[in-house]
Amino acid sequence: MSGTWMTTRAWLLMLPLLVVMVAVIGWPLVDTVNLSFTDAKLVGTGGNYVGFDNYTNMLSSSNFSRTLVTTTLFAVISVAAEMVIGVLAALLLNQQFHGRAVLRALMILPWALPTVVNATLWRLIYNPEYGALNAALTQLHLIDDYRSWLGEPGTALAALIVADCWKNFPLVALIALAALQAVPRDITAASLVDGAGAFNRFRFVILPYLAGPLMVALVLRTIEAFKVFDIIWVMTRGGPANSTRSLSILVYQEAFSFQRAGSGASLALIVTLLVTILAVAYAALVRKTAGSAT
Amino acid sequence: MERKSTAFTIFIYASALLLAAIILAPIAWLFIMSISPAADLAAKPLRWWPQAADFSRYQTLLSTAENSAGAAFTSSLRNSLEISGMATLAALALAIPAGWAVSRTPSIGWSLSMVIATYMLPPVALAVPLYMGLSHLGLLNNVFGLALVYLTILAPFTTWLMKSGFDSIPREIEAAAMIDGAGLFQTLRIITLPLAAPVMATSALFAVLLAWDEFFYALLFTSDQRAKTLTVAIADLAGGRVSDYGLIATAGVLAALPPVLIGLVMQRALISGLTSGGVKG
Repeated sequence: MSGTWMTTRAWLLMLPLLVVMVAVIGWPLVDTVNLSFTDAKLVGTGGNYVGFDNYTNMLSSSNFSRTLVTTTLFAVISVAAEMVIGVLAALLLNQQFHGRAVLRALMILPWALPTVVNATLWRLIYNPEYGALNAALTQLHLIDDYRSWLGEPGTALAALIVADCWKNFPLVALIALAALQAVPRDITAASLVDGAGAFNRFRFVILPYLAGPLMVALVLRTIEAFKVFDIIWVMTRGGPANSTRSLSILVYQEAFSFQRAGSGASLALIVTLLVTILAVAYAALVRKTAGSAT
Repeated sequence: MERKSTAFTIFIYASALLLAAIILAPIAWLFIMSISPAADLAAKPLRWWPQAADFSRYQTLLSTAENSAGAAFTSSLRNSLEISGMATLAALALAIPAGWAVSRTPSIGWSLSMVIATYMLPPVALAVPLYMGLSHLGLLNNVFGLALVYLTILAPFTTWLMKSGFDSIPREIEAAAMIDGAGLFQTLRIITLPLAAPVMATSALFAVLLAWDEFFYALLFTSDQRAKTLTVAIADLAGGRVSDYGLIATAGVLAALPPVLIGLVMQRALISGLTSGGVKG
């Protein structure tokens, strides 16, 4: 069989996927770009061409800069905490103890719980009048009065981050555990003979095996955290006083609540650009780590 | 391995208990809330364990009597099942041929890379045109419309999983069948697809989990019982004026049951899928 025919056949088999992807991703993306240069409303006929007005208005608005800071805080703190707790959990699960298999099976639970159910669960736990957190902390005499954890700008973002970490650190743990199990036994044994302490053993013997898979997890989790919508929408809708508003929520408000499709589109593309820059920078980092780990 | 001191053993078991408590406490509390009488949940100090287990909320939510809380819940349950089912089947129908093509003809691999790169796109970047498009086609608030939109998430992911699955099936087996006179589609049907069955099953389960979990598009593109999914129904309950928190918890337990069961049963397959670089949105 000739190579050209092989390639043509492959393209024919790819075609249905490509057609659907162009229809549901390619065309909408191009249309978002077009919209972003107009003052179009969500309903009604297309708006007028306004050049880069949407972009300059959006980038100079205090809403945007504040939301960018909130989103970055959410992403950096949640992902960092998930990485640290995840690796610690994986190191524990890599030890020999009774019940290890059960504990490892339990790790799948938070990951499998739908995001909206997780958000609802934590919303109930943080409830200002009847929530379990208030009840537990008062009964332990750690606080005197019930607090509105999600209702105060000072605590709402932290409360969201805890809920997000609880759901996502087990995934990091499972990825790290799989990597740990690939570390050859005789290497750790040899480092013991050489007199390496626990920390040095982790830093120089085990970490190189973890670096590659953890980098991938870090990239994917950061991109996801930067796009965060569901958990915040269900728990706080971006409040109180917009203290937990993420970029995706700002786009939603602009395009759908205020029906300003054009300016919403420009903001969506700014977010897309930021995520792309993140992803490209990370991809370079992953290649570097993968190169140095082997 | 190193010799372990008693102190180290105690430390390991204490940490394991702590980890188990962190994982289990919130989930256990969700279930306890669902079977606690409303008075227990509003009590101060809070009653952590119900005096009498009350399963009536499950009955309430699963009843199909008209205009009841159950009717809204069961219709959203049915919509979620229909939408995840349709979207998963459609995604696999696209992913299997495409995954095989890329696996056997690496020179077209860049097209799959482009499809996978769309993972970076935030859904908000597509939402406005998709809304206008669905509205134009009369597919807003429609299970078919939402299933179609879910392909933006499901199709790239399943194609990538199928491609790695086909990669692990040696092409020599296919070549041998062809030499014995089998045509391409006969070879695929008799040899390749049966060998790829486990990967197909894993891909299908991931796709179902992704669709079951989806919230953003469902929130935007559905408005009533004809198409609202479970995630939207639960967010409505959580954000609404429901005075019985136990009812919200019950809805959460029911919505979490299918993915949690899939997670526990398919653990090994899911973990290997995840650790090969997989994600869940």
